[in-house]
Amino acid sequence: MPIDKNQVKKVAKLSRISLDDSKLESLSNDLISILNFVEQLNKLDTNEIKPLTSIIDKSLDTRDDSVSDGQIRDQILKNSPEKNEDFFIVPKVVD
Amino acid sequence: MRTFLLYQRLLIKMNDLNDISLSEIIKLVKSKKISSLELANHFINNIEKGKKLNSFITTCFDQTIKDSKNFDKKQNFDGLLPGIPIAVKDLFCTKNIKTTAGSKILENFVPTYESTVTNNLWKEGAILLGKLNCDEFAMGSSNETSFFGNVINPLENNLVPGGSSGGSATALAASLTPATIGTDTGGSIRQPASFTGTVGLKPTYGLCSRWGIVAFASSLDQAGPMTKNVEDCALMLEAMSGYDKKDSTSINKKKENYSKNLNSSIKGIKIGIPKEYRVDNMPEEIEQLWKNGIDILKKSGAKIIDISLPHTKYALPTYYIVAPAEASSNLARYDGIKYGYRSKKGNNLIEMYEHTRAEGFGDEVKRRVLIGTYVLSSGYYDAYYLKAQKVRKLIKGDFDNSFKEVDAILTPSTPSSAFKIGEKANDPISMYLNDIFTVPVNLAGLPAISIPAGKDHKGHPLGLQLISKELKEQKILNIAFAMEKEINFKQSLNRWWE
Amino acid sequence: MKDKFDYFIKTENNKWEVIIGLEVHAQVTSKSKLFSSSSTKFGEKPNTQVSLVDSAFPGMLPVINKFCIEQAVKTGLGLNAKINLRSIFDRKNYFYADLPAGYQISQYKNPIVGEGSVTLDMPYGTKKVGIERLHLEQDAGKSIHDLSPDNTFVDLNRSGVALMEIVSKPDLRSPDEVNSYVKKLRTIMRYLGTCDGNMQEGSLRADVNVSVRKQGEKKFGTRCEIKNVNSIKFMEMAIESEAKRQVELIESGKKIEQETRLFDTKKNETRSMRSKEEAHDYRYFPDPDLLPLVIKQSFVDNLKNKLPELPDKKKERFINKFKLTPYEANVLISENNISEYFEEVIKTADIKLAKNWIIVELFAVLNDKNLDIKDSPVSSKNLANLLNLISSGEISGKIAKKVFELMVQSGDEPSKIIKDKGLQQQSDPKELEKIIKNVLEKNFDKITQYKAGKEKLYGFFVGEVMKASSGKANPKLVNDILKKELKK
Repeated sequence: MPIDKNQVKKVAKLSRISLDDSKLESLSNDLISILNFVEQLNKLDTNEIKPLTSIIDKSLDTRDDSVSDGQIRDQILKNSPEKNEDFFIVPKVVD
Repeated sequence: MRTFLLYQRLLIKMNDLNDISLSEIIKLVKSKKISSLELANHFINNIEKGKKLNSFITTCFDQTIKDSKNFDKKQNFDGLLPGIPIAVKDLFCTKNIKTTAGSKILENFVPTYESTVTNNLWKEGAILLGKLNCDEFAMGSSNETSFFGNVINPLENNLVPGGSSGGSATALAASLTPATIGTDTGGSIRQPASFTGTVGLKPTYGLCSRWGIVAFASSLDQAGPMTKNVEDCALMLEAMSGYDKKDSTSINKKKENYSKNLNSSIKGIKIGIPKEYRVDNMPEEIEQLWKNGIDILKKSGAKIIDISLPHTKYALPTYYIVAPAEASSNLARYDGIKYGYRSKKGNNLIEMYEHTRAEGFGDEVKRRVLIGTYVLSSGYYDAYYLKAQKVRKLIKGDFDNSFKEVDAILTPSTPSSAFKIGEKANDPISMYLNDIFTVPVNLAGLPAISIPAGKDHKGHPLGLQLISKELKEQKILNIAFAMEKEINFKQSLNRWWE
Repeated sequence: MKDKFDYFIKTENNKWEVIIGLEVHAQVTSKSKLFSSSSTKFGEKPNTQVSLVDSAFPGMLPVINKFCIEQAVKTGLGLNAKINLRSIFDRKNYFYADLPAGYQISQYKNPIVGEGSVTLDMPYGTKKVGIERLHLEQDAGKSIHDLSPDNTFVDLNRSGVALMEIVSKPDLRSPDEVNSYVKKLRTIMRYLGTCDGNMQEGSLRADVNVSVRKQGEKKFGTRCEIKNVNSIKFMEMAIESEAKRQVELIESGKKIEQETRLFDTKKNETRSMRSKEEAHDYRYFPDPDLLPLVIKQSFVDNLKNKLPELPDKKKERFINKFKLTPYEANVLISENNISEYFEEVIKTADIKLAKNWIIVELFAVLNDKNLDIKDSPVSSKNLANLLNLISSGEISGKIAKKVFELMVQSGDEPSKIIKDKGLQQQSDPKELEKIIKNVLEKNFDKITQYKAGKEKLYGFFVGEVMKASSGKANPKLVNDILKKELKK
């Protein structure tokens, strides 16, 4: 079995998605079958192969260092579910 | 004279705009036989009568009417799409028009910006009709994962239109829009095109800007046209593509005149037939469709060459590592802070995140985010993600080798025709297998087109796919154009939904 | 200052060596952000320096700032480091309120700059500190926790600002060395103009890795990382307290857990951040929105050719050419502006006078007024003029100090001040003779003593003459006349 329920819980925690127990069961089964499916790749010997880093043969284009954006606070905050005039507001962060 | 013009206009309406192509509509507009407003009203009417198909998430008819009136006032026919109302997949951000990506988490998101690709359409004179339904964050092959409900294939009321650009395919096939655009990460344009008897093209990675398109898997996503025929497809591709300095993966090259250079003479062109696409349990009808395609190409003077793409069978597993990995990271921004849905539950930041994302994402998105998180996590990265990127290189290498020998590759677009709603909804793997012929192309960043090529015994359309090397869109458009003439695919819908 | 390295945590039975490595985060001096065109300006209204890219709106994509690449390469060259012509940007994934995309774009396996080194001048000699790497990455925004009891406020102005993370090898052994290392890095970057090093504004901060081992042992102990320390003083305090904590733990038979800790400046102690760390698994992978960054050797060479003279070279030159002591050279090269000032002054003025006046008089004023040398009220030209007046004997050192004070107040040039205030030297022999005679008359008894052999009274007479002339008397003439008069 490529993944167990505890690992699914851990991954859900990392992904910041809460899962109740009923969901955990079916989701775990789905993940197991998907991981079993992708494990076909293990049949292939890739020791000598370098991984692909980009699909197009081109180096990164750059831009000049000039300021032409920003000063759009109202646009930035407009869609936020909770904000005031200046800030995004989120529930208290607890360390 | 005046009576004659009126008579002609009447004729057009009787003739039904539903049965003619985008290119023909443009001719009518340019010759002033129909106004932009008349077109807008026609499609708005179709959309109103087509609600059963559930292909639209948002309409903006007031804006459409206003824009078409403006067009008629200015009468500027210089653009490629003069005064043409067009609906687009709801993955393209549209300024001041709600953009949801088919997700609850973006249910009320109204962008303050316009995607480069849609902006390109508007610059060519097109007018927005509305936003089309799609699988949530484009993750799906049947349009059943949308928060806004599944879309129905206009062929029959119990069939899926394919996905993820299912709303686009249905709206196009049912003539709720004269042409449309979708996005294709693993087949999301070509598979629904195949399921609805329409044409769909996924361009070379980097030909169309990704700026302003809600991201699913950045190294695979590419926008492309969906149209009723190949000529329309060339035209739409021409209108939407082009270099964009805001997208670091955009290819800087001169714009091509795909529609002007469309040419059905394909004599001497070399077509590869990859043996690995003859998959187990492939229906005889698909095999036959493929054979017919080969025969047509032969008849047109093309040379058929058997080729091998040995790593084809690893494409799907590779895709289902790479795409979820990128998605898990791309979707991290949906956290209830800056925009979109926020759960009322939770007493602190972390709990807010967890509830927001649990309530805001549907099951398929959750599956992929979790798989993606898992394959990138410490201890598993090498075994899954790194391995997949290595295999991806092999898959790309297969294509590179083949294109030393052939100009294009012909394959079926899908392993079956449109399936029933609910048929595969509870079995992710069987759903994923639908993309078996389309996914390798995305992994290799190549262009591919699906054209309707025949029907199965139920009368459901089936598509054939042509693949070429990078930036050879003109080539596959030409071959498709030639095949289209010979195949002469016809589909008449009785508009049962109206 | 000691002339032998001696920093150990000493306990009853043992001497513990402290092993330190630093990850310095230096803000690149660019106008716009690393991947967007919004401004990096400090102290602006919240969320005004934010673009759609910085706030991670759907469909937004990064485009890299060329200037930031240049700055990173220049810094790499200044650290004598290997420049990697191909580097890759990765995503570091974690959720936090001020990280809008849910990931930070950074460089993980393939940084733009590889191994290099920095040389420190310690009282016990020079010390080479290895540089592991330098990479480019984005800064996060700011979470403000104290504006409301129930909520955290988020300001994204800093989100996306370009940082260079400079990772040292675990070569540092004491808070003093850390102090010297950070200052040296800052000096190098200021010379290069790649980072302003302003710690108050957060342009320079560090994560400090600390471990301890018994003196003589070869194996490193388990290390703890103290996150985000934003002043050199706090770094020194944090290292000291963390090292002591680790020694106490080990000596009481416990084990050190590798973890991230936070330095509490008020309590002067580090505390665990483990609760937060537990869920962290950064899931680095190459950012698919970006392509590999490939730079040409010619691009690097071009930057290399335009590099200014760096502190180590300049120090060598100052010592050899101007005969400065290493201490003086260090002081004068510590800032590019200072060395430039110094070199400007000695174009016309005497080197010895110049170094003393700059290091003693000028620095006292700048410190007092909390000014940068480039804002000095005394320009290099005016200081040179003043020193030349001393050299030529036109004013005494004492008057010069008075003039200097007035120069600080007014910014005027010395000859004007001297004229306005009547501070010219009294060089009229007749006038001086009058003053001297007057002094001698009043001190008749001392003359007798002097003549009887108490020669050190000579200084007393000179002093009295100077006093009587308000310090303006030409010392040479005073000497001549006084000697003559005393012989009478």
